[in-house]
Amino acid sequence: MNFDLNKKTLREVNQHLQNFDRKKNTRKFEISNPQGQHAICAGLKDDIDITIKGHTGYYCAGMNQKATVTVHGNVGTGVAENMMSGKIIVKGNASQSAGATGHGGALIIEGDASSRCGISMKGIDIVVKGSVGHMSAFMAQKGNLVVMGDADADLGDSIYEAKIFVKGKVKSLGADCVEKKMDKKNIDELTKLFKKLNISEDPKKFKRYGSSRNLYNFKIDNVGAY
Amino acid sequence: MKKNLKEFKTFPSSTIKEIQRAANEGIYQIRGLGAKRKVPDFDDLVFLGASMSRYPLEGYRETCNTSVILGDRFAKKPIKLDIPITIAGMSFGALGANAKEALGRGASAMGTSTTTGDGGMTQEERGSSKYLVYQLLPSRYGMNPDDLRKADAIEVVVGQGAKPGGGGMLLGQKINKRVAGMRTLPEGIDQRSACRHPDWTGPDDLEIKIQELREITNWEKPIYIKVGAARPYYDTTLAVKAGADVVVLDGMQGGTAATQDVFIEHVGIPTLGALREAVDALKELNMHRKVQLIVSGGIRSGADVAKAMAMGADAVSIGSAAMMALNCNADLYVEDYKKLGTEPGYCHHCHTGKCPVGVATQDPELEKRLNPIEAGKRIKNYLTTLTLELQTLARANGKSDVRNLEPEDLAALTVEAAAMARVPLAGTDWIPGKK
Repeated sequence: MNFDLNKKTLREVNQHLQNFDRKKNTRKFEISNPQGQHAICAGLKDDIDITIKGHTGYYCAGMNQKATVTVHGNVGTGVAENMMSGKIIVKGNASQSAGATGHGGALIIEGDASSRCGISMKGIDIVVKGSVGHMSAFMAQKGNLVVMGDADADLGDSIYEAKIFVKGKVKSLGADCVEKKMDKKNIDELTKLFKKLNISEDPKKFKRYGSSRNLYNFKIDNVGAY
Repeated sequence: MKKNLKEFKTFPSSTIKEIQRAANEGIYQIRGLGAKRKVPDFDDLVFLGASMSRYPLEGYRETCNTSVILGDRFAKKPIKLDIPITIAGMSFGALGANAKEALGRGASAMGTSTTTGDGGMTQEERGSSKYLVYQLLPSRYGMNPDDLRKADAIEVVVGQGAKPGGGGMLLGQKINKRVAGMRTLPEGIDQRSACRHPDWTGPDDLEIKIQELREITNWEKPIYIKVGAARPYYDTTLAVKAGADVVVLDGMQGGTAATQDVFIEHVGIPTLGALREAVDALKELNMHRKVQLIVSGGIRSGADVAKAMAMGADAVSIGSAAMMALNCNADLYVEDYKKLGTEPGYCHHCHTGKCPVGVATQDPELEKRLNPIEAGKRIKNYLTTLTLELQTLARANGKSDVRNLEPEDLAALTVEAAAMARVPLAGTDWIPGKK
């Protein structure tokens, strides 16, 4: 089923996708002419498959549950923000705050992601095949941020229990973020993640970063770290 | 003061003690609740009442409407509250589950709303609340689309009166297993929430964020924007521009679960002055009463409610006062107050998690001191009292609807209050700054 955003309103399209009839409707949809509109595919809650042909604006597939959305273009700020489950694939580049606060599911960005990728992530898996901008994984709480390219400054600033894997260079680490040993358990975890997401990469080429947990409780001796 | 001894005005004994505490400990003080300093407030205003030129209503016979509709600018399902007094956002985590349930019970019994906080929505709270406002905060702890759809309204929190520009704080002693689980955090850490939202920065972005929230919730839910009283004229203007159905304005007397004392006492402006500026902004935009204004921060009595409404608010919100109705600072378990180094009437130790009356705690033994059913009745009684007082004052000013109260019904007792509220100094027609 095809929706042309030149002919239908965003509300009509989202309403249909949010409330489709499981018995009657197909589970495959295509959206053409997105023209950078915001909140396309926001609030989906069913196991459906959507292809978007073109660039999207802010919050594409925001708060997604179960759906798979593939964007053949670039995405604006906050793609897959607060995603709970499902899978979002971006064939192009992503703007700021990709996967922000996501609780679950997977976000795969085949190009680069701008600053604050994975900010406050809470369990989502984010794979960026290109590079990520500054302050990525800021206050990241849970989940995995995998970067095949480079990471800009202050990676993982004030990170909690999320894990960061970077294949390329890291310009600098943020407060309380440190490089950690990439042991067999981590390699196995990453192997499993790549297999699940059908990604062909060698986990051994990645370095791992996470919290030193020194700033978890406020101590005056640490005040200089902020 | 001791006889013949002259205290330093610049360095009174309390200041000397604080300097010496800072010198010993090397760290600022963290505490709960709101500003303790005296600021111009609603006590500095009086109602004129009816006389020769105004016609009063019979106090016990003639009706005085208290209902208010919130969120009818864009939302398909605005909220109709029976009274214009709502319960402010306070997190599960800052408060215990019993306290949250009690607030829901009391508010529901009065046909008004309660609000979640920085920690997500609990089943107890949803189950006990007829109208529940779900906060979207920078941390997004516990945020999920299912709860978003269960909510009756959504409140985007930009700031709060106790700490405009600051994020939430919950010290490790209150991060137990359940709180940690809801927030996806390790147990026992000092949780310091972000002060900025993770996926939008300015009002232009916020407009798009609100569009997303409406898309997710089928354009049904009223969207509130809550701001701390910093620059209320501009903040209100920008909130309207961003597409808010309702603006929530929290003055500096508003409380918090925990933050730095210096923040509580020295950032933000009093509710009185902030409210006037917000109403000015709405009127200039021709949006007064179209975008509803809820004001909070130091509301204690029906007189405060009535004065806020006379100045142009559509409703008020109470936080600290609601906690006090639950027994915060009550003269009970006095030994436990003493263990905290304080006394009933002075306690601001919400941050410790050792609340003697079981309100601001996650300790299961302390929580038993608050029965949610009995405490819910106290909230109901308190809200009833505020409403009766509000109606009494409205009738005395000849109003059959509390929203018909107006600035013309007020006079100020101090020059400061006259300037802030922009009502005449009592006995004069002088409003400072107005030509």
